[in-house]
Amino acid sequence: MLTKRIIPCLDIKNGRTVKGVNFVDLRDAGDPVELAKQYAEQGADELVFLDISATLEGRGTTLDMVLRVAEQVNIPFTVGGGISSVEHVDALLQCGADKVSINSSAVKRPDLVNELSNKFGSQCVVVAIDAKQVEGQWKVHLAGGSIPTDIDLFEWAKEVENRGAGEILFTSMNHDGTKNGFANEALAKLSETLNIPIIASGGAGNVQHFVDTFTDGKSDAALAASVFHFGEIPIPELKIELKKNNIEVRL
Amino acid sequence: MKLVIINYGAGNIKSIQFAFKRLGVDAVLSNNPEEILAADKVVFPGVGEASSAMQMLKESGLDTLIPTLKQPVLGICLGMQLLCKHSEEGDTEGLGVFQTNVKRFSNDVKVPQMGWNVIKDLKSDLFKGIKENEYMYLVHSYYAEHCNETIAKTDYGINYASALQHNNFYGVQFHPEKSGIQGQKILENFLKLEVKS
Repeated sequence: MLTKRIIPCLDIKNGRTVKGVNFVDLRDAGDPVELAKQYAEQGADELVFLDISATLEGRGTTLDMVLRVAEQVNIPFTVGGGISSVEHVDALLQCGADKVSINSSAVKRPDLVNELSNKFGSQCVVVAIDAKQVEGQWKVHLAGGSIPTDIDLFEWAKEVENRGAGEILFTSMNHDGTKNGFANEALAKLSETLNIPIIASGGAGNVQHFVDTFTDGKSDAALAASVFHFGEIPIPELKIELKKNNIEVRL
Repeated sequence: MKLVIINYGAGNIKSIQFAFKRLGVDAVLSNNPEEILAADKVVFPGVGEASSAMQMLKESGLDTLIPTLKQPVLGICLGMQLLCKHSEEGDTEGLGVFQTNVKRFSNDVKVPQMGWNVIKDLKSDLFKGIKENEYMYLVHSYYAEHCNETIAKTDYGINYASALQHNNFYGVQFHPEKSGIQGQKILENFLKLEVKS
C-alpha cells in the first residue's frame, strides 16, 4: 500500500537554514545538507526547502545548496520560495531538485502551472496554497499569508489541478504556529474534491495531530517544521505511533 | 566500469548520476551512439510525458539504437515505460523490448501515485539482498501491465508490474536513486550484473 508521508520543512536563507534547529550530533546546524542527511536517516519520506532569501545573491546560493543536497541525500526533495519562471524551475531541476513548489506566482499568473506541467511533467509541480478561514469562507492569501485575496481555496485548488498541478501543499493560516492540530475539515474537503495528493501543513503539535490529519483530514502527507527541528517529535517514534494506529507508513 | 546515462533531454538525470557517484562510479551523460555502444552498463532514464520523450529519442536516432544494446540496460520510470510496446500516454508507440502495455491509473485512486509503496514477488538478480515488501519511491500516473517479464509487483488500485526484465534489459518503475539505502542497493546490484546471452 502507498504510505502516508512525513515531510520536514526547512527554511533557507542565503543557503543556510534559519530558525533554531536543535539537533544533537550535528557539526553545523545551519548547514541544510547536514540536516537533510540526518532527516533522511531518521526516516523522513521527503524534504521541503523553502527559500526565504530576500536578495538575488541569496537566491543564487540556493542553487548551489540544491546541488549539494542532491549529491548527498537519497530521498526526494522539493524546493519552493520565490519561484516564478520556467527558467528558474529548469535551473532547480537541473541541479537535482525533484519537485518545485509555487505559490503567489501561480495566483498572479495561473498559466505558469500549465507551462511547468507541460514542460517538466505534473509530478514535479507542487502548488502551495496559504489560506485563512474568515467568516466560514476559506480565502487564499499571498506573499507568505500577508495579502488577502477573494479567491476561494477549493475553487483555486480545483483550478490548479486542472491546469496540471501534481500535488497541493495546503497551509492553514488559522492553524499555523498554534500547535493545535491541522485544518482537517478543509483538508478532507480538498481530498474529496480533488484527485491529486494533498499535503497538510500548519498546526502540528503532537503525535495525535498527525494521526488525526491522516484519518479525519484524509491527507496524503503531513509537513511540519519546529516539532521536528527541536526534537519535540522524533520521526522514528512518530512513525511507530502512526503504525500502531493502523496508518500505513514506511518503517 | 564504464557507465553511461543516456542524456536525451528527459528527466532528472543529475540525481541518478549522483546516486552512482555515492557508489563510487562516475557515470558519463551521453547521447552519442558510439559512446553508448561502448559502455559496460547503460541507464535509460526518463521523467515527463511519453510522446514528447519518444520524440526526443527519435530526433537523436536513439530509438533504433537502444533495442539493439547487448550490455545490461536499466530503464528507470518513464525509461522503463518507453521500453514497453505501447503507452496510453499520448498514444505512444514504445520501443517494444518488453512485451507489455502502459495504461493510466483509474480515478478510483489519486493520480499520480506519489510516495513510497512496496515491491513484492521479486525475481531477478537485480533484487539480490532486497527483502519482499521493501519500500521504494514512486511518482507516476501510468503503469505497466503484468506479463511474463514481470520481476516485481506493486499494488495501487490495481496490481501492476513495478519492474520488468527481458534478457539484458531491466526496467524499474520506482526511483532507486531516491529510495534510500535499499534503492542504492538495487543500483549496486545493477552494476554487478553480468551480460547473459
